[in-house]
Amino acid sequence: MEEILLHLAGGLTEAMQPLNFMMIVIGCALGLLIGAMPGLGSVNGVAILLPITFLVPPTSAIIFLAAIYYGAMYGGAISSITLGIPGASTAVATVFDGRPLAQAGQADRALTAAAVASFVGGTISVVLFTLFAPPLAAFALKFGPQEEFALMVLAFATFIGLGGDDIPKTVFSILIGLVLAAVGLDIISGQPRLIFGDIDGFLHGINFLVLAIGIYGIGEMLWTLETTQGEVVVHKVQVSVDRMKANFKDIKNYIMTTSLGSVLGYFVGTLPAAGATPASLMSYGLAKTFSKNPDSFGKGNVAGVAAPEAANNAASTGSMLPMITLGIPGSPTTAILLGGMIIWGLRPGPLLFSENPEFVWGLIGSLYIANFMTLVINLAFIPLFVKILTLPFTILAPIIYILCVVGGYAPTQTMHDVWLMLLFGVVGYLLRKLNYPVAPAVLAIVLGPLAERSLRQSLLASHGDMSVFVTRPISAVCIIIALLLVCYPMIQKFTRKGSRAVAAGQG
Amino acid sequence: MTNVLSKIKRTAIPAVVAAATSLGVSAPAMAEWSPKKPIELIIMAGAGGGADQIARLLQGLIEKKKLSPRPVIPINKPGGSGAEALRYIQDKEGDDHTILVTLNSFYTTPVIQQGIGVDVSNFTPIGRMAIDNFLLWVNSGRDDITDLDSYVAAVKAAGTGWKVGGTGTGQEDSILTAMMEKEFGYDVTYIPFPGGGTVAKNLVGNHVDSTVNNPAEQNEFFRAGETKPLVQFTAERLPAYPDVPTANELGVNMEYYMQRSINGPPGMSKEAQDWYINLFKTLFDSEEWQTFCTDDGLACDQWLAGDDLGAYHTQQIALHKELIESVGATAITGE
Repeated sequence: MEEILLHLAGGLTEAMQPLNFMMIVIGCALGLLIGAMPGLGSVNGVAILLPITFLVPPTSAIIFLAAIYYGAMYGGAISSITLGIPGASTAVATVFDGRPLAQAGQADRALTAAAVASFVGGTISVVLFTLFAPPLAAFALKFGPQEEFALMVLAFATFIGLGGDDIPKTVFSILIGLVLAAVGLDIISGQPRLIFGDIDGFLHGINFLVLAIGIYGIGEMLWTLETTQGEVVVHKVQVSVDRMKANFKDIKNYIMTTSLGSVLGYFVGTLPAAGATPASLMSYGLAKTFSKNPDSFGKGNVAGVAAPEAANNAASTGSMLPMITLGIPGSPTTAILLGGMIIWGLRPGPLLFSENPEFVWGLIGSLYIANFMTLVINLAFIPLFVKILTLPFTILAPIIYILCVVGGYAPTQTMHDVWLMLLFGVVGYLLRKLNYPVAPAVLAIVLGPLAERSLRQSLLASHGDMSVFVTRPISAVCIIIALLLVCYPMIQKFTRKGSRAVAAGQG
Repeated sequence: MTNVLSKIKRTAIPAVVAAATSLGVSAPAMAEWSPKKPIELIIMAGAGGGADQIARLLQGLIEKKKLSPRPVIPINKPGGSGAEALRYIQDKEGDDHTILVTLNSFYTTPVIQQGIGVDVSNFTPIGRMAIDNFLLWVNSGRDDITDLDSYVAAVKAAGTGWKVGGTGTGQEDSILTAMMEKEFGYDVTYIPFPGGGTVAKNLVGNHVDSTVNNPAEQNEFFRAGETKPLVQFTAERLPAYPDVPTANELGVNMEYYMQRSINGPPGMSKEAQDWYINLFKTLFDSEEWQTFCTDDGLACDQWLAGDDLGAYHTQQIALHKELIESVGATAITGE
């Protein structure tokens, strides 16, 4: 313990060096900007800026890239809340409640919640990282395909409760998502499937961000057009010191959700191949399931903003654990960081902690400072961000449209995805009109491939024996929790109906 | 001006080329073609594996040495043992801004997965960066397995309960696994994972019983004492593993290598091909690349480019067809 504190003190001193500190500030600011631009996520940001890091020593370089990664996690929330377009895949769940809050004139409240939750998530996870990195890395190794699949089942279970009381519609939505996730090449045999004849664009599968931008960006725009009938609407926005104070008092309303999301996010992040997007969605699902007021989710519950934001920042820290201790990236962005480390002459693996302590602890130290800096920068700019909302819809709509098209084009750079994005926009609008929840479909398309792979790996290993999921302790625990979660909303519904019936009887 | 120069160059007057070189004009600057937009560097495998590490190192070196006026963006397309990447490159016919980093599934995937309709002999060969090696690995906790004989005995005892982790059907490790199955007369269960890094992790976590990994993928776990190599499938012992016998030494005739080469889509312009050949030759000769090769147990002593690489591909395609036929495609796909 003393040794850890000593190392940490060293790491913090390292991160406070003028050059490193400058790297943190610039990295955070750049990350915010990159995260806020739809289609330009932390992956692209880190990839584009990687070369700059050859000019500085390795520790400063990783600090810079980690700060960008971090900042982007905060930044994604900005466009999710103000424009209703997810800035990055990690911020999709933030749209669910962030957008309704903004439309209700409470964008500042949502943005504050996002910033605070991100800060809490980041801080909790970096503390966990500091204290328990080696045992957690050992735990991550215990996760084989069976455990991964059980975890995915758990994630789906959290979403059964998501669609509100209409469970059949939720299940339908999840199934649609799973079918869309199956498009592309079969992950085991490599044969093309569901490619609609032979349309090349479908070979690489359906990009999840394309779906999310379509449904939330375009779908939302169509919905607004219908509800306003083309009338010019200007959202009311107030910014004042009193409101800021109220926003901070608000923290107590979501601090529990945030803490839960942080721990969950960190944990999911440490598992190779999961990453921040599944973490944020799972955190949202969990927050809703355990909320006293689950019906308010999706309609502007501030806890629905805090939960995914805490989780995605926590997961981004978490995903650095397998990168450093195992040399396996926990997310696409850490894959690029890993490449960087190899170029700087560092060998990520079980020995990095002991062989390059100043590098590892410098990085950990910088995460503490980066967290704080991003919070400050973010809070300072909230008044500016909410100003975006004062633009009349007639000006805002074309901007949103352009950002959606760019965001749809950017990830794979094919027009195929742009058409697909527009199609999903119309589908999203129709689903909304028919009162189908779309969040479960979004979850399914993210987790579907992960679940399919781990299921098939497990069954290959067990020669088709399904009992492996319950005979291994970790997966058995996940499956049991999943079952409880599936039953929980039903029991809740039943008891609520019961009490209502009793109340009616007495009345 | 540059046009004229390159026309002269194309007629191949050695004196002019020699003069230009002696003037110290760097080769990429000479060519009339240069990238007009970011170059996509397609990786036909997942993040963290050998191909991925190489691609990202090359990207980093290109940026560090300012060898390209436009950035190089590495993109992973790991689907279907590289089928996704191969199809992507094939469909980019005539494009000068997309290149591919290969592994041997470049040869095997089109043979095993006829359905994707890819013919790699039409691709534009650029340069061969390295030859990679393979070793057989088990978890260090397996005290009962100390050499090839005890390994074979353990596998035979376990039967199909023995799980071999790999990067996908048709990838090098699946071919080596099939070769071993045939040689020793056993049958194992092959489980595909996305990328060699994940395979290595699953061996450390005891989720699979053995793997056939490249040195780069296992080296850090080996140094940490988590895993141990039993046999190397090379002609001679690698300097990094002086105590591990080769299969040949043990009387088992089994050698297998993997090439790491850069290739363009079919119909890439000659000018672009020349530009890329120059670019990757510069990288191949760089101190950083050669150091990386030594550290990771790659062989990087012979540079092959353009038509020479094309000829090498032709020979390797034939060899792999033969290998697949001898072990049977079903042995590899496990169907």
